[in-house]
Amino acid sequence: MKVTKRGATLLVNGTLLLICVLWTVPTVGLFISSFRDRNDIQHSGWWTVFPHIAQVQTGQLPIPTGQSVDQPITLQGVTKTFQEWKAGVKMPDGSTLIWQGTIRVGQLVKFEQQLTANANFTLLNYQEVTAGQDVTIRDTNGGSTVVKGENLVSAFVNSLTVTIPATVIPILIAAFAAYGFAWMRFPGRRILFILVVAMLVVPLQIALVPVLQDYVKLQLNGTFLGIWLAHAAFGLPLATYLLYNYISTLPREILESAFIDGASHFTIFQRLIMPLSVPALASFAIFQFLWVWNDYLVALIFIGIGNRDNEVLTMRIADLVGSRGQDWHLLTAAAFVSMIVPLAVFFGLQRYFVRGLMAGSVKG
Amino acid sequence: MEQTAAYSNTRSGDAGLDLSRLLPALILLFLTVVGLIAGFLFLRDSTLPHVVIAVLAIIWGVGGVGALFYTLNWTVEALPIKWTTRIQPFIFVGPALILLIWFLAAPVVRTLIDSLFNSDGTQFVGFQNFLDVFTKRINVEAWRNNLLWLFLGTSLIVGLGLIIAVLADRSRFERIAKSLIFLPMAISMVGAGVIWKFVFDVNPNIGMINAGVTSSGGQAQDWLRLVQPWNNLFLIIVMVWLQTGFAMVLLSAAIKGISEELLEAARLDGANEFIIFFRVIIPNIAGTLITVTTTTVIFTLKIFDIIWVMTGGQFGTEVIGVRFYREMFTTGNQGLASAIAIVLFLAVIPVMIYNLRQFSQRETF
Repeated sequence: MKVTKRGATLLVNGTLLLICVLWTVPTVGLFISSFRDRNDIQHSGWWTVFPHIAQVQTGQLPIPTGQSVDQPITLQGVTKTFQEWKAGVKMPDGSTLIWQGTIRVGQLVKFEQQLTANANFTLLNYQEVTAGQDVTIRDTNGGSTVVKGENLVSAFVNSLTVTIPATVIPILIAAFAAYGFAWMRFPGRRILFILVVAMLVVPLQIALVPVLQDYVKLQLNGTFLGIWLAHAAFGLPLATYLLYNYISTLPREILESAFIDGASHFTIFQRLIMPLSVPALASFAIFQFLWVWNDYLVALIFIGIGNRDNEVLTMRIADLVGSRGQDWHLLTAAAFVSMIVPLAVFFGLQRYFVRGLMAGSVKG
Repeated sequence: MEQTAAYSNTRSGDAGLDLSRLLPALILLFLTVVGLIAGFLFLRDSTLPHVVIAVLAIIWGVGGVGALFYTLNWTVEALPIKWTTRIQPFIFVGPALILLIWFLAAPVVRTLIDSLFNSDGTQFVGFQNFLDVFTKRINVEAWRNNLLWLFLGTSLIVGLGLIIAVLADRSRFERIAKSLIFLPMAISMVGAGVIWKFVFDVNPNIGMINAGVTSSGGQAQDWLRLVQPWNNLFLIIVMVWLQTGFAMVLLSAAIKGISEELLEAARLDGANEFIIFFRVIIPNIAGTLITVTTTTVIFTLKIFDIIWVMTGGQFGTEVIGVRFYREMFTTGNQGLASAIAIVLFLAVIPVMIYNLRQFSQRETF
């Protein structure tokens, strides 16, 4: 009985470990690759940065002179034909000798099975993707090439510029609305609230075309204001609904005593409701922040392809995938730059993060 | 709602229009609006360094909304009490309603109208666009793939999420395991696209899958392009990787909600772990299972970024989200694009209504 229990625990933990490894390896591979030299990435897998057994070149010997292609050649006590030497010969000590070049001009290269690691890391990739101007890259032969930086820093700043107001504005507007619906009396309150909640079912795609038409007319197309308003509006139904659920369940007595003391709605909202609603506000803030930061479709349409001044990280990276799809030293670094902020939020605020995503699960 | 009445009693003696209070408020409101418009024009045409513009834009955007609320409210409170009570609620809910009507409610009607017209909206074509949504060859392919995403993606996400939740519940390493599985939720679909393009790359020195294939004697494959129709499956894996953490966390919480006595009683009755799983756990978390499933269904119906970044919808991987974008912005067929959006809307409605009903019964915070 005890043995089967231990076996079961082992099976559970083993399966879990396997799944976790499968889940983590792609990200780890990307992360490691982003620090590898551009040539290394093309010629050896990122997993070779870990110690492993492989054939490693350990030395070069001069070729013996005066040999003939047709005669067997004896080297270090082993006799083989020239063709065999060219293909590589396993020596008694375990190493491999390969004759490179012709019978007259060439060299003998010695390979040995050794524990090795391609642990040759660089920050050049990050320098190249983040720089706004030209970057000089020195290669191993001492030469240097000048490449144009991919200017990810400016996209990063744009992402922040889009995300911060696109998080704060809907929270502010939704909190006012939630308070209004929960604690004020006015004609049409119920029907208007139902309208707000009903908007949860509208998929983004419905809104994109008409709103874009309006933006072109108002010259809001490609501006920060335009994308803030769009994100604010698309986040509003959920924000209002969540905050209403929270604010309407706050104890009635607190508000009533404040009214008797002569406080106005605005004061109560500002001094009482907002501080009391912090947990709900924080959950929604994290959800909305990540949603906007990671959004691609809304940015693509309202900022617009080719708008290099205002384009956000996701657009910049998608563009890199298209234009420099095989330059993995750039793509890996760029992808990681875009993940820094959400990963920091994830590790720093994990509990709120999970709660935020749970709360945001019904976003349309 | 008696508090409104209580409130009006406290502000007595200002039944008439008090210009000395109203005028400053109106002037301030006017200045705020002028300032906001000037700020917008300045930011739009400014040539200052990027970071400076960004900081100014943030201050202008966030501060602007706050200032607008504040001055509007001040103006309303300077009105006679009867008017304050009447107008103030609309200061609170008005901005939200205006935005929602402009960005969501009106577009439903406008898109519906657009969907009945031809590509540039000049000629009424009836339901022709809707016919095209379901009969045009490329759209048929997109729907086929969407169904594949829907069934395969959803069942993998829910199934794996459930398995991991059950396993983690019995492990000492629950927290770290759940964190690792949930982590991809932080990554954008564009970022995930890059990560998995890397994994599937043709070069066996780059792509892990091909490294495995070639080292065991096989031939490297261009998984995402040439291995049709299986390439759809490889794209679905990306979504499964992103979304399983979400399903796992919800299901895990539900499993923890099952009472210990119930499980203990079942064990005493001689039930083994499999019977407990199917007869006790599953029925007890049925509600959450359905919520997770419907949320995933909505998510898959609208899938766009992953495919757009990884294959662009080529090589037999079209989905309806990509079709919408292509019809609108590549082909310029506004009518058909609108029809696709409407069909998507109609497909989402029943699932969403069901979801909201479940959601309101669930503890959110």
